[in-house]
Amino acid sequence: MIEPLVTIRGLCAHYGSVKALDNITLDIRDNEFFALLGPSGCGKTTLLRSLAGFEAPTAGTIYLAGDDLLAMPANRRPVNMMFQSYALFPHMTVERNVGYGPARAGVPRAEVARRVAEVLETVGLAGLANRRPSQLSGGQRQRVALARAIVNRPRLLLLDEPLSALDRNVRSQMQTELKRLQHDVGITFVIVTHDQEEALSMADRIAVMSHGVVQQVATPEDLYRSPANRHVAEFIGRSNIFEGEAEPRGLRVPNIGILPGHGEGSYLVVRPEDIRIAPRGGLPSPVLTGTVVDSQFSGGTTVTSVIPDNIETLSRQPISVTQPGFPTFAHNTAVELAWPSHSAVIVA
Amino acid sequence: MFLGPGLVFITLFVAVPVLLVVSYTVFLRGRFGGVDYIFTLDNFLRAWEPTYRKVLVESVGIAAAATAIALAIGYPAAYAIAQAPGRWRNVLLVAVVIPFWTNFLIRIYAWVILLSNQGVVNDVLVGSGILNERLTLLYTKGAVVAGLVYVYLPLMIMPIYASVARLDVELREASANLGANKVTTFLRVTLPLSLPGVIAGSIFVFVPSLGNFVVPELLGGGKTVMVGNLVRDQFLKARDWPFGATLALIMIVLLFGLFALQSIVSRRFATEVS
Repeated sequence: MIEPLVTIRGLCAHYGSVKALDNITLDIRDNEFFALLGPSGCGKTTLLRSLAGFEAPTAGTIYLAGDDLLAMPANRRPVNMMFQSYALFPHMTVERNVGYGPARAGVPRAEVARRVAEVLETVGLAGLANRRPSQLSGGQRQRVALARAIVNRPRLLLLDEPLSALDRNVRSQMQTELKRLQHDVGITFVIVTHDQEEALSMADRIAVMSHGVVQQVATPEDLYRSPANRHVAEFIGRSNIFEGEAEPRGLRVPNIGILPGHGEGSYLVVRPEDIRIAPRGGLPSPVLTGTVVDSQFSGGTTVTSVIPDNIETLSRQPISVTQPGFPTFAHNTAVELAWPSHSAVIVA
Repeated sequence: MFLGPGLVFITLFVAVPVLLVVSYTVFLRGRFGGVDYIFTLDNFLRAWEPTYRKVLVESVGIAAAATAIALAIGYPAAYAIAQAPGRWRNVLLVAVVIPFWTNFLIRIYAWVILLSNQGVVNDVLVGSGILNERLTLLYTKGAVVAGLVYVYLPLMIMPIYASVARLDVELREASANLGANKVTTFLRVTLPLSLPGVIAGSIFVFVPSLGNFVVPELLGGGKTVMVGNLVRDQFLKARDWPFGATLALIMIVLLFGLFALQSIVSRRFATEVS
């Protein structure tokens, strides 16, 4: 088995009496695009800052390629960070900002200039070397911050909510570019984000965090298909969740009987696109019956909200069902719902 | 066109008096005081005579020394206050301005008591055996500089504090992250970005130090004459308004030069606000 690049073991951090990190154990592989995903206050930023050396964990260890990272001061770590605010030095030109790291490492002037020019080319900022940060657009500043963070060729690049300050159009473009860049430069990226779409679309693996605990580490697909627990299921994508008791064939719920599904636990998760819907009497073996309250066309797919008979979802919201095409159900239509056992997972 | 009350006020109470003073510089002194409106450049030539040139140069020297010392004390103080935990910051800032609550003259007289031959400083130095003889501290240039530093130190601390406190912590973190140690981070990031505060503080100390005539009189014992004393004496004692005005104009020009420098530096190091 390949040794992971970063091994985090039993990491704890406290702010006063609040546990920011609670016994975090995590491996990050070499050359991986790794995302820390969770709502604000879940500890993901504290974890990132611990890796950078701006936060001193109270217990646990972090090893990077066999070296004890916590024993090194921030300025000695082979780790660079792209700050959420970008933290560009306002009194320096783009060139001097990007050249700051190599210059500190004692790289000769001519070599610094060469590397800066090269990395500015990589991020598509050639020609702006003599501008100051105040003369750049948000997207350009973001690229400068990125260039500054990768010019030193760190073992590990940390990105703190790198896209949150950009508007939507630029953001999706940068997502693609970040992914391409990570592939091109071959640096391990650890990105912190609260935007699940961002994490799902960019990351090779994602650690879902809440309350200072890692809930699950998995590929985007596995997170979506087999969430480890109800928190992950609720956080990743849209889901319909029912509470009951697991049985071999599914989840036993009062009044209804058995909802098809697999797994152990007391919550059944079924994704909107896995549910089939038809007018009453239209399905061979319906699971639930209900009434349509709303049907919304959102370009290519239609999301239908159904209030089920004799049962409620965990969130007490209507069941959502996604189908390709245009709306086919009017308000108050009586419908039937069904899903195969393999596409619904029962979790703790 | 309506110019607004502010402009009227400025015109009446700043522009007109300054222009009046400026106009006096090219006229002769009246025989019994006042001004004879006969054009002359003698006042400027006189200001360049060794006696007055020496006072001008010495005044600039004393004000510069006071500014440098205030900076040396004020920067670390301002930096420390800016780094202090939130609730301590306001307490420390209040401590900086508390001396302003006492009358200026009283505070200067306190320095007379401190520095005199039988004063506290000498008592301590001799009493503790560090020195055998009492030092002449009062009525020296050093006493004048000390007094100016003491009086204007808060004016140095405040603008520096403001510019250091405004600095994003992440800038220092970014510097460390890019491999800079604490000294390098200070020299390359913190100091340049707090330069507008340093310049502002230095001007706030230098300008009133240069024009001050109370401190040189009380702590310098009249032996150390500064340009402020000279200007006052020309107007009030010698009753030579044109020459007093000339000396005042020279100061004003000097200070305008400083402000120009400040605005250049501030613009160059302006932290972006986006």
